[in-house]
Amino acid sequence: MGTTHVDNPPPAATNSTSTMLKRTPLFAAHQRLGGKLIEFGGWEMPVQYSSILDEHLCVRRAAGAFDISHMGEVLVRGPAAESFLNQTLTNDARKLAVGQGQYTLLCNERGGTIDDLYAYRIEPAEYLLIINAARIDADRSWLEQRRAAFGAPDNVAVLDVSERTAAVAVQGPRVAEFIDSCFPTASVGGTDVVRVTDLKKNQIARFDFEGATIWIARTGYTGEDGFEIVAPAERVESIWNRLLAAGHPYCLQPSGLGARDTLRTEMGYPLYGHELDENTTPIEAGLGFFVAFDKGDFTGRSVLAEQKAKGVSRRCVAFKMTDKSAPPRPHYPIWSAGANGKKIGAVVSGTQSPSLGIGIGMGYVPPESAKAGTGVEIEIRGLRSPAVVVTKPIYKKAV
Amino acid sequence: MTNVPADLKYAKSHEWVRVSGDTATIGITDHAQQELTDVVFVELPGVGRQVKAGEACAVVESVKTASDIYSPLSGQVLEANKAVVDNPALVNSEPYGAGWFFKITLSQPAELSSLLSAEEYRAQIGQ
Repeated sequence: MGTTHVDNPPPAATNSTSTMLKRTPLFAAHQRLGGKLIEFGGWEMPVQYSSILDEHLCVRRAAGAFDISHMGEVLVRGPAAESFLNQTLTNDARKLAVGQGQYTLLCNERGGTIDDLYAYRIEPAEYLLIINAARIDADRSWLEQRRAAFGAPDNVAVLDVSERTAAVAVQGPRVAEFIDSCFPTASVGGTDVVRVTDLKKNQIARFDFEGATIWIARTGYTGEDGFEIVAPAERVESIWNRLLAAGHPYCLQPSGLGARDTLRTEMGYPLYGHELDENTTPIEAGLGFFVAFDKGDFTGRSVLAEQKAKGVSRRCVAFKMTDKSAPPRPHYPIWSAGANGKKIGAVVSGTQSPSLGIGIGMGYVPPESAKAGTGVEIEIRGLRSPAVVVTKPIYKKAV
Repeated sequence: MTNVPADLKYAKSHEWVRVSGDTATIGITDHAQQELTDVVFVELPGVGRQVKAGEACAVVESVKTASDIYSPLSGQVLEANKAVVDNPALVNSEPYGAGWFFKITLSQPAELSSLLSAEEYRAQIGQ
């Protein structure tokens, strides 16, 4: 047996050993839980504890807990924080009341994507950015560069607090049944709520936890209801243990990056390094909804506006295999359907959908092939298998 | 601990071989299926195909990875296990039984001596 394809981002170092990889404060907990550890973006992280399929279905049906401490946290604060972020990120930070978050993107001057992230307004003049693990250095240096070029650099500070901050995501339809028991007091900042489950989607609130300040947001990246908890590194194991204990009667399982990836792929959510990179714009990626053109100038705006007006040469689409086939994988060629089919693009994310039991994925194709219902073919080890372009999410929950 | 039956021969690349006369049945080990987890797709060689020892001739895919399966021995493919194509989870549940991959008629029986014993394979996987 030999691995022909592993769907992981390239290692941070070519000969990385476990001693060179970074570990989260939950590393020992993952080992105790029997987590299978892999390299992900320079971090040693659990890809699964029991099985990707199990954990995936558990999140769809009940609840799963994920260590997301590898992700970065950046605070942007100061009287000019809002205007700085509005000139630096694609979405409109003015729309955020204190205690609200939004998905947004950080672009370069060519409109290419430096990172995709969540921005929360946690104080009138302070924002918390949750960024991708593998992009922490790139984001920090780009934000610092933009700050230096900003009209009032002294009125905004950019603080990377990733090292001392940890985070867990707890996701699934049953999470709301037990999370209040883990954090039994009212919020002390952000959105004013009596209990955690009073938070609405995309809201965030500050809570006291064992004498420390933590943030809980009703957000996630699985397509299920759920919460993300951002806490000081030294507190996260206590939070993790409390969640696992309280969630146990509700079938909560610790869940790894494998399930996190299949869950987000079923939803058609991008993963940096797959759907997004510095040469790919949010418009090409189908994320125009998160680009606010009516807020004034921002980095990359002219390129994005032109693409929006004149169209793009390639577009990220979601697809489903229509016959039984091997799972599609990143880099597999996409062909137009039929005897005269041509190679029109490539897969960027692909897997077997645990919820649907068929191959699914995302890939870039010319706009004329991007319409839902368009038949395409995915080349898998030299043979083409039929697929169809579908709207996102690929997996739609039965209502 | 994984199961390594004493009556089988093993390849370093984690395939097992059960020899009966001039026929060899080939599958992947319990250790291999545990490493892969959640097998979702199996592609097998066509009946009649000549395979050489060490040649990639099948593919097993988990949710996350695609892996080549090498024929540990040379010969002609006699039979491919349709059941495992229809139900790839058999590779996880019965790696040495219903989860077998294919059978070959041996053309170089002497190659058998180059395979690992159960004890040697156990040592290789650190057990």
